Amino acid sequence: MIEIKNLTKSFDDVLIWQDVNLQINDGDILAIIGRSGCGKSVLLKHINALMSPDSGEVFINGQDIHSIDYVGQRKLRQKFGVLFQGSALFDSINTFENVAFPLRYFTDFSEEEIHQKVMRSLEFVNLEEAAYKETSDLSGGMRKRVGLARAIILEPEYLMYDEPTSGLDPETASEINDLIITMAEELEITSIVITHDMHSVLKVADKVAFLNDQKLSWFGTLAEMRKSEQADLTNFITASEYQIKIP
Amino acid sequence: MYALKEIGKYSTLLYQALRSSTEVSTYRKNLFHELVKVGYDSVPIIMLVGVFTGSVMTLQSAYQLESAFIPLSTIGAIVSESILIELAAVISGLVLAGKVGARVATELGNMRVSEQIDALESMGFNSVSFLVVPRVLAGILMFPVLYIVASIFGLGGGLAAGFFSGSVPPDDFLKGARMYFYPWNVVFGFTKSFVFGFIITTVACYKGYFATGGAEGVGKCTTEATVLGCIYILLADFILAVLLL
Repeated sequence: MIEIKNLTKSFDDVLIWQDVNLQINDGDILAIIGRSGCGKSVLLKHINALMSPDSGEVFINGQDIHSIDYVGQRKLRQKFGVLFQGSALFDSINTFENVAFPLRYFTDFSEEEIHQKVMRSLEFVNLEEAAYKETSDLSGGMRKRVGLARAIILEPEYLMYDEPTSGLDPETASEINDLIITMAEELEITSIVITHDMHSVLKVADKVAFLNDQKLSWFGTLAEMRKSEQADLTNFITASEYQIKIP
Repeated sequence: MYALKEIGKYSTLLYQALRSSTEVSTYRKNLFHELVKVGYDSVPIIMLVGVFTGSVMTLQSAYQLESAFIPLSTIGAIVSESILIELAAVISGLVLAGKVGARVATELGNMRVSEQIDALESMGFNSVSFLVVPRVLAGILMFPVLYIVASIFGLGGGLAAGFFSGSVPPDDFLKGARMYFYPWNVVFGFTKSFVFGFIITTVACYKGYFATGGAEGVGKCTTEATVLGCIYILLADFILAVLLL
C-alpha cells in the first residue's frame, strides 16, 4: 500500500501543490489527472523518491521512502516499475538488451534464464518479433511497449505510467490501455497512471485523483467521479468530452 | 549567488562520485568501454596534433634562431622542453576538451532530457556510479597515456621536420634534447595531463548530468562543457606552473 501524507512541493518560489494526501491500496488502478503543468509527473517522481518534497511523507508498505538513506531508497525503488512518457529506452543497446538490462545487474540469472524471461516479457506486450531491433527503429507505440516490458521484468509490486497514451494514435492508445488492465489483472500489480486522456481514465481506472489549483482537488472512485458536481472537475471532464465530440 | 549554487552542485556531484567509486561492480563494464573511447579512440587525433605541434615548433625555432653564434642543438633543446613541459599536455588537453568533453556532455545531457537517467535511478541503479565514475576514471587514467603519445609524436615530428627541411640535422636535435632533458619535466607534464583529464571529464559530466530543456538544452550543455573545459585547463595550467615550477 502507498500512503502520501501532507506532501508539499515548490520549485524556488513557485508552489506546485501542497498538503496532498492520498492512499493507494494494493490492486488499485489509480489515475492521477489534471491540466498540463499541474505537477502530475512531479507527484509521480515523489512516490519513488526521484524527487524530494519540501515537506510530507510517502509510505511504501509502511516505510517512509523520503526518510531512509539512498541505499534504502534504491532497494525500495525496485518494488516499482516505471513507464516514462518518452519510454526512456537506452538508445545505445537494442530492444532485447533494454529489457534484459535490470536482470543483468540485479540478478544472478544465467544467460539462458535471462533470454527466457526477456522473451516472456516481450511476448506479454506482443513484441517478441522486435526483440533484436534497434530502439531507433521502433515506432512510438512499440517503444512504449518495450518500456513496459522492461518495467515488469523485475516483477514489481507497483507500476507507474507517465502519460502512457500521449502522442499515440487512438488504436495504439487503446492497445496500451488494454495492456495496463492486463498487467493489473494478470500480474496483480498496483498501478498509478498519470494522464490527461479521459478515454484512458474511463477505460482503465478504479480510482481517480484530480490535481488542480495547487492541491489535490478531488479523490474518489470512477463511479463517484461520474456523479460528482464539483465545478473544476466537471469542467475538466467536459472539456475532454467536448474535444472528443468535435467531428 | 548563481556561481555559488553551481559550485555547490558540482562539489556535491564530485562527492557522490567519490562515494560511489566503491561500487566497482556497477561501473566495471562501463569503465572498459570508456577507457577505449577516451584513450584508444583519441590516439589518432593526439598523434596528429603531436606531429604538427613538434614540426611547426622546430621550423619556427630554426627560423627565429638562425645565427652563426647559436648551436643548432639549441633548437632540439627548446622544442623538446616546450613539448614535454607545456605543449603536449596543454594542446592535447584543449583538443580533448572538444573531443571527449563534448561527447561526455552530449551523452549524459541526452540521457537526462530523455529521462534515461531517471529510468536508471527508478530501477534502483546509482546513476552517478554507473555514468559519472567510469567517465571520470577513464579521463584521469587515459589523459597521462595520451600525454606520452603526444610527447613522443611531438618530438618525432620536430625531429622529422628539422631533417626534411634541412634546418636541424637529427644528431643536433637529439643532442639538444638529451642535454636539457630533466625527468621532472615529464613528471610535471604527467601531473598536468592528470589534472586536465579530471577537469574535462568532471565539468562535462556535471554539465550533462544536470542538463535541462530538450535538444536546445543538450546543445547548450555541450557548448558550456567545451568552453569551460578549455578555460579551466588554461587556469589550471597557470596555477600548476606557479605551484610546481
